Parts: sequence; structure tokens; C-alpha cells
Amino acid sequence: MLVRIRLIHLRRASQVFFFLLFLLLLVRTGFRGATGATGEIQMRWPVRLFFEFDPLAALVNALATHALYRGLAWSLLIVLPVMFLGRFFCGWICPIGTVHHFFGNLQSERKRGRQWIESNRYKPWQRTKYAILVALLAAALCGSAIAGWFDPFSLLVRSLTLSILPAFNYAANAALTPLEHSPIGAVRAPAAILHAVLSATVLNFRQPHFQLGALLGLILIVLLALNLRVTRFWCRALCPLGALLGFAARWSILGLHKEAASCDNCNRCLLHCQGGDDPIGTAPWHKAECLLCLNCVDVCPQHSLRFRFFRKRAEVAGPNLPRRKALAGLAAGLSAVPLLRAETAMGRSRNEHLIRPPGALEETEFLGRCIRCCECMKVCPNNALQPAFAEAGLEGLWTPVLAPRIGYCEPSCVLCSEVCPTGAIWNITPREKGWVVGVGQQNSQPVRLGTAFHDRSRCLPWALATDCVVCEEWCPVSPKAIDLEQVEVPDAAGNLKLLKQPHVDPSLCVGCGACEYACPLQEHPAVYVTSIGESRSPSNQILLTRRKEKAQS
Amino acid sequence: MASRGGSEEQDNTRGTVKNMSDTHITRREAMLQILRVAGAGAVTAGAAFWLAERSTRPVATAAAYAKRDHTVPASVALPQMVVVQGDDPRALVRQAFVDLGGISRFIARNDVVVLKPNIAWDRTPEQAANTNPDIVAEVVRQCRQAGAGRVVVTDVSCNEAERCFRRSGIQAAASVEGAEVILPDPARFREVDLGGVVLQSWPVFEPFLEADKLINIPIAKHHGLTGVTLGFKNWYGILGGQRNRLHQQIHQSLVDLAAFMLPSLTLIDCYRVLLRNGPTGGNPEDVALKKTLIAGTDPVALDAYAAKAFWNLESDSLLWLKLAEERGLGRSDFENVPAKFTRLD
Repeated sequence: MLVRIRLIHLRRASQVFFFLLFLLLLVRTGFRGATGATGEIQMRWPVRLFFEFDPLAALVNALATHALYRGLAWSLLIVLPVMFLGRFFCGWICPIGTVHHFFGNLQSERKRGRQWIESNRYKPWQRTKYAILVALLAAALCGSAIAGWFDPFSLLVRSLTLSILPAFNYAANAALTPLEHSPIGAVRAPAAILHAVLSATVLNFRQPHFQLGALLGLILIVLLALNLRVTRFWCRALCPLGALLGFAARWSILGLHKEAASCDNCNRCLLHCQGGDDPIGTAPWHKAECLLCLNCVDVCPQHSLRFRFFRKRAEVAGPNLPRRKALAGLAAGLSAVPLLRAETAMGRSRNEHLIRPPGALEETEFLGRCIRCCECMKVCPNNALQPAFAEAGLEGLWTPVLAPRIGYCEPSCVLCSEVCPTGAIWNITPREKGWVVGVGQQNSQPVRLGTAFHDRSRCLPWALATDCVVCEEWCPVSPKAIDLEQVEVPDAAGNLKLLKQPHVDPSLCVGCGACEYACPLQEHPAVYVTSIGESRSPSNQILLTRRKEKAQS
Repeated sequence: MASRGGSEEQDNTRGTVKNMSDTHITRREAMLQILRVAGAGAVTAGAAFWLAERSTRPVATAAAYAKRDHTVPASVALPQMVVVQGDDPRALVRQAFVDLGGISRFIARNDVVVLKPNIAWDRTPEQAANTNPDIVAEVVRQCRQAGAGRVVVTDVSCNEAERCFRRSGIQAAASVEGAEVILPDPARFREVDLGGVVLQSWPVFEPFLEADKLINIPIAKHHGLTGVTLGFKNWYGILGGQRNRLHQQIHQSLVDLAAFMLPSLTLIDCYRVLLRNGPTGGNPEDVALKKTLIAGTDPVALDAYAAKAFWNLESDSLLWLKLAEERGLGRSDFENVPAKFTRLD
């Protein structure tokens, strides 16, 4: 028998390939994907790839910063073909589209028979995504990249990084560790092999923890569950990238050619339609909704559906967004940014825990770039970067903040700045970071994240006449930013005791948080970093000058 | 069950003759129903009584005391401390073993040898915060040549372990020589009673508990609290848990640890010595090239000698050495310990 290669098989292969590539790059966003021996450790894998091919991230970056950061121009490789061919990206490449495609195919009580067919007809609510897109682009024009909340890659990476993968990490260790120590040899060996394979590929060396990660996982689960009502609800109704590509496909020259005369309304095309674009012969085709999955062409028993270049047929070409909805979106986007920026987060009383990663730009610039993709949190070796919940105001939701109690900023590491796709954390080298050699002694000042302070009411040598100074031991800069003063103090019994008490020198402190991390009073450290003195802010400073030549001790 | 009941009803409506068997179940069926419910009840009650019996207030299981003595018998003919100077770190190790009477004195065939270098910090060899990778690699090679079954190189790092192991250069150098480099897997710590004055139950990294022979390979560095960090301080790296509390009684902690873990041999890497801003350092200006290796079987004498040689600190001023001497771990008057000094040119 002659095996005919059907186009939908090609599509499926393409979806699987890009989904696996996406997963591979995601699990490689970490130490495993990094190269370098005793020198600098750098990302070897192009882990930003999907964001650089993301036209929405590029457009938002361009609108907010009037420039395109690093590789974002690569997104032309998606936009231009989409302009000619239509939204093939959504049906063939997009990894979150593939996930929705998979869940949309699952059997569901709510999608049976007529209900199923009806759910796949074009619905006016599919235009919601265009209104969302207009709002997000308007916000970008006002200098805010809140589009990242809805960007499909951001959504997927964020959910997987902060929730699904850490949960998998926990589950794998919890299930396999007891099995590895099982008294039965036949259980022990396979469990050990599986654990070793997972450890070498997916699992983290240390269990990662993220602030409110479960919430992000829940959002993804709800979005996936919506597929049980309406196939690809996210792609049809909400996805702003899909909307952008729908606009781009306005003048595409490839389209669905229907032999309306031969259509006998069997509805098979509707049963398998992904985009909700009315492929059936008796209705006009909605070009901006079609994901080019080719299911309709494949199942049509009359062979009356075909994709052809240069057709002349009745169709709904554009996104069909009514002016009132467009204006509503515009108004929402334009008013959102002033509303968000009138919060305290942007004013004088900034949150003291708003410590940004090294290389992060000044706060307004930062919020204009950060698309909340959380790649930086994935790559951070110390689990130190956490998604902001309230620290950065509502606008800064899910942007990265350094939480020194969980992890400190590793002195020689700049991986977060390497993976940031939009330049919110500008790409710096370890040398530019400047924590490795002689802080305060070179001409170029180091990147500072904040300043450490001792809480003398809790600090052991200060409050309890007890030896400690672990903060000084861990301080990674040289000369150390924590000085020790030898003092004689009375202990609880009234005896004089010789002790070393720590003092932070703010002219040398870079705010890495190692002292806070290492402090024995771990649930409420006696030394803590706040954002004041961060080099990215001209106003959030203490000292008149931090250029201080320090004599070698 | 519901469907069966339904079908019986249907039978009833259809049936023309009504008798007892239509409205009542048979005795046999009733017995079965009683047996079923009695069985389920018995299992439930049994499980409940069994679980109730098991309820005890959770008490942490007492850790087993397991002193680790890896010392080899002393010999009057051989020095207990050797100091070697020269340009090549590997040659220093080779000479030290020759001066100490040969590696076979320490390593038997098929021994599991664990090497404990300092891999605490995310630093490069030039910054001298971790043990020199060439010295570690040469010790691995010597052990392999002496017929060791496994040579394990491990440490419980302070900074992120994967970065420390890679950037220290030790992972690569030791692997090339055939060592098993083991990262401090958080799942592989065992609660052990250290039997010390201040240190009792602490989590110890498993490979250190599974060694036949143990070789301590610290690097000589400055330290803010104790003045210097040498061989004794290196034992912090066998512990997990909240070890930042150890500083509160650092001298007694050091002695407790050293009395728990007695090595076969200690080699103090003084090739590059971090003279200031230790133990993390970072600035090459803090590092002095001393090209020295101090090795031997008396850990107290070794630390005392290194403190005097590079920081001019008298052993009387280093409390932990006095305490260690009282505990019988060695002699702090290194001048009176049989020693050999060699300069390679």
C-alpha cells in the first residue's frame, strides 16, 4: 500500500519537535546549560530562543523603549512568514498552543455531539484577545511591559519554572528516595536508575522554592481545564500573541479555499477545528482565527476544502474588532499605567525588600522591559530570585526580587543578566559586576544591589555577648565590607568577655545578601539587606559618595 | 447494585404471580449481605484499633555515636611532620609522601579513600580560597597507584556546590586522575552523635562515614574569628545542618570535630596562602605565593606550624590548639615533633 504523507502528520511532528525543544531549553536554563571551568560560567545553550522569536515581546519592547534589545529582531522570522501565510505559528510551533491542542483533544462531557460542533463555530467573544492586545500595547506605549502577564511564552515558562517543575522535583525525590532504599532489590535498582537519569536531566541539585508558586500552577491548570469546554480557549479568546499574529495575517496570500457547492454540511471539519474559524463550506471563513492546523482539509470527505494561494472567495479577513471594543481596550491600557504608577511602589516609600538582580535597570526602565518570563529565576543558582507579589507594587507582580533569606547573589554569577530576553536585567559580565576583585579600589564601581545593616538587638556579639561573625566570614568582597571590632563586654553573668563585633562599611557593601543568608538567626536575620544604595537608582542612596579608598589592613 | 435493584423491580412489574421470592431475598442472599457488611466493619474496626495502638508522641531517633579513627600506627624512624617547598605543586605531594615513608604506609589495597579538600567557595585557584586542584589531583593519583579501590573527593560547600566544585578546578583535576567527585547531595546526610563537649547530634555527609581511610587536605587561609583556618577548621565541611552556629564556641567545636574525625594523614596546602580577607578572599592581592606543603600525622603540630610560619601566631594564642593538646590529639609545640624539611629545586 502506498503510504501518503498527510500534512497533519507533518504538523504534529512540528508541534512535538518545537515543544520538546522548548522543554529542553527550559531545563537547560540553569547550571546544566552553562559552560566554563575555573573561569567565568556562561550559558552555552540559546535558552532565550523562544522569547527572541516572540513578536509580542519584540513589539512591546519596541513600543516601551523605542529600541529592540539584542536578539528580539529575530522575531521577524515569525512575523514576516505569518504575514504571507497566516497564523501557522500558533498551530505548528507555539509550545503553549501545542499543550492546549493536546488538552483540547481530551474527551469531555461538555463537548459531545452537537455541543462539540457548536463549541467550534466562530464566536464573537473570540475578539476579546484583540481588545486585550490593544490594551497591552497601549500600556507598552506608556512604558509598561505588563504584556508579560499574558505573553504565552512568559505564561508557560513562569508556570513551569515557578510551579510545575519544582513540584515535579519534589514529587520525584519524595517517591524515588524511599524506593531507592527499599529492601527489595528488584525495586531498588530501577528506582536508582530512574532517579539518576532524572537527576542528570531535569531535577535540581537543591529543591527550588518560589513565593506563591502554587498560585501560578493553578492559573495554568485552570487555563488547561478550559479546553474541556472549548478547544483552545486560551488561543481563541485570550492570547495576545495570537491576536497580534491575527492582525499580521490580514493580507496573507494563503487561505482556505472552499468548494461550497460540494459541502453537504457533515460538520466533520467543525469537529476538529482548532481556531474556531468556521471552515465549513456554508459560512465565511475567519482568516485571523485560523491556526492552519489543516484538520479540516484532512477530514473533509468531499475534498472540498484546500489551502491555496491567491484565492478569490468571501471571507472575514481582518480580526473584525468593533471600534467600541478597540476603544475600550485602548482606554484600559492607557489608564492602567497611570493607575499602577500612582501606587506607593513608585514613590518615595519604596519597599525595602525590592532588591533587583545585578544588572537590573532603574525601576521605571525595568518595568518597561520586564515581561515576567521568570527565566532569571530559573537560572539563578541559589534560588535567590523570587517572583514579586507585593514588593514592587501591583505593576511589578511576578517581576524578580532578590530574597537573601532564601539565597544570596553569587559573587561571580551573572547568568540572570545573560538569559534576560528584554534587557530589564541588562547583560553584564562578571568583571562589570565587579564583586570579584577589590570592590571600591578599581576605577569602575561595582554593581550594588543594596546595603546590609546589623540589627544590634538580635546580633549575637551585640545583644548576647556571644561569638559569631559568620557574616564577616561569608562577606565575598575584598576588602571585606564587614569590619570586626575587638571589644570587652560584660556577659549575662557580669564577667567581662573579649568579643568581635561586626560593623558594615556601606562604602564597600554590594548588597549581595550573603551575610543575611548565613546569619544563624535564620528566620529573622540579625543582618539584612535593604535596597538603599542600589547602583541602578540615582535617588535611593545613603552616602554622598561611595568612592572610598580603603587602606589595606 | 443499583442496576440490579432496578432489574428486579422490572421483573416484579412484569411478573404475574407474586410470591415471597419476589419481595424478599433468600436466606442465602441475606447471609451474604450480613457477611459482607460484617467483614467491612471488622476491617474498619481492626484498622482503627491497630492505628490507635501505634499512636506515640514523635521522638527524634537518637543518633548513633560513631567515632571515626583512621590513624595509622606511628613509627619512631619516620617524621610526624614534613614541610616541602618547590615550584611544582604535584612534586610537593610526591616528595611529602616519600618523606613520610611512602603512600603504602597509609593506603592498603582496595581501601575506600576519602579526600577532604576545601571546596567551600565559588572561587578560582588563583584566589586561594579552595585547596589547590593540582595538589588534590596528585593525592588522588598516589592513592590510585597504591591500589585504593575507590578514591572519593568531596566537601560540603558554603557557596552553591556545583559552582564551587567546578570553578575551584578540583572537579576536573580530580576526575582526570580517576577520583569519584561527589557533590554534597542534601539527601545523603546522616544524623550522627559526635560525642563532643558542645557538638552532639549533627548531620554528617555520608561519604565521610563510609571511608576506610581519610585524608584531610585543607588550604591555609586567614580567618576573621580564629585568625587562621587550617586543618581543624576544614572539618566543618563534613557537616550539614545549621553549622553557622558553631562559631559561637568555635574553639571547642573545632576540637570536638577533630576528636570525632581522626584522619590518616593531613596535607595543608600552602602553595598560595590567603593572608588577608579570608576565608573567602577574592582579591589576588591578598594572596602570597608560598609554594609550600605541610604534611603529617600530627594535626595539632601541623596547624601550629602553619600559623607560626605565615601569620607569626604563637600556638599559645590559638585556643583550639591548646584544647586539642589537652584532648590528646597532638602536640602544639611543633618544634619538638619529629620533622623533616625539604626544598625541591
